[in-house]
Amino acid sequence: MTLTNPQIWLVILGLGAGSYLLRLSFLGIVGSRDLPEWLLRHLRYTAVAVMPGMITPMILFPAATGGAFDIVRMGAAIATIAISIWTRNSTLTIFGGAAVLFALHFLLAA
Amino acid sequence: MTLPQDFWQGFRAGLPFLLVILPFGIVFGVVATEAGLNLSQTMGFSVFVIAGAAQFVAIQLMVENAPILIILATSLAVNLRMAMYSASLAPHLGPVPWWKRAVVAYFMVDQAYAASILKYEDSPQMPPRAKLAYYMGVITPVCPMWYVATYGGAVLGDVIPADLPIDFAVPITFLALIVPMLRSAAHVVAAVVSITGVLVFSFVPFNLGLLLAALLAMVAGAEVERRITKRNAG
Repeated sequence: MTLTNPQIWLVILGLGAGSYLLRLSFLGIVGSRDLPEWLLRHLRYTAVAVMPGMITPMILFPAATGGAFDIVRMGAAIATIAISIWTRNSTLTIFGGAAVLFALHFLLAA
Repeated sequence: MTLPQDFWQGFRAGLPFLLVILPFGIVFGVVATEAGLNLSQTMGFSVFVIAGAAQFVAIQLMVENAPILIILATSLAVNLRMAMYSASLAPHLGPVPWWKRAVVAYFMVDQAYAASILKYEDSPQMPPRAKLAYYMGVITPVCPMWYVATYGGAVLGDVIPADLPIDFAVPITFLALIVPMLRSAAHVVAAVVSITGVLVFSFVPFNLGLLLAALLAMVAGAEVERRITKRNAG
């Protein structure tokens, strides 16, 4: 990371202030409580629009291997998806995915 | 129904969320520390931003040396859903005094919203003060433990050997959050557009590709939803 300490704090405080304003937005100004339906429809997809795109390069081209395909990380990702579909429990999924990740890491590193 | 009863009812509804908050907070503490943040910066994220997914996005983009404006824009895009929560809670909590709404806004995390709106829609006759008590009950186990878990992870991060594939904790935790969200065709389309978009736009400088892909994915998800609703209505 090349950011200086003041720059890191700028990110933290900027993101904190922006997030707070988003949270306060409609609760703060009660009059305009009815958002247009088209806007709500778009907001419903924010999480599912950002998160898959963010992790895709981390799975396909991990920075830790210099961007080379890594069977350990790919295997852990596939296992995590499978555990999630199977258990429908996010805690079990996190622990299960981590277990597969470390198991593959130690098996294949040996 | 008295206010303490509403509070404790909310508290009990919030307790199970610890199973998600604790591992997620610990992973954030570890990842932020491994990325090079010091303890106060790591805690600063969890206290000032108090939104796990956006915090992870910010850390990831910081590690990739993205420009600060891109880091802020992309992480805030993850938090756009908070405006939707705010709009949805306004009819219920709007009547309480302004400063109390300001406190509600600070603690508006996914779990607080999900548990509260479920209760409000179930018991519309609840007075606003009782709704507020319930909300404060939900966040009481959740939010303080988010800080504690982050602290634990930050301390843990310092002792974890560097050769472990700890970077991959982020995709694993995100997959655990995303897969259950794919509950409709529109959500699946949004996710596919997001993934395809980020690969197609990988040449776009300043890490703008993710933001572009996310905007396209939002439009795609909303459009699919609109068409399905229209077809079912007609």
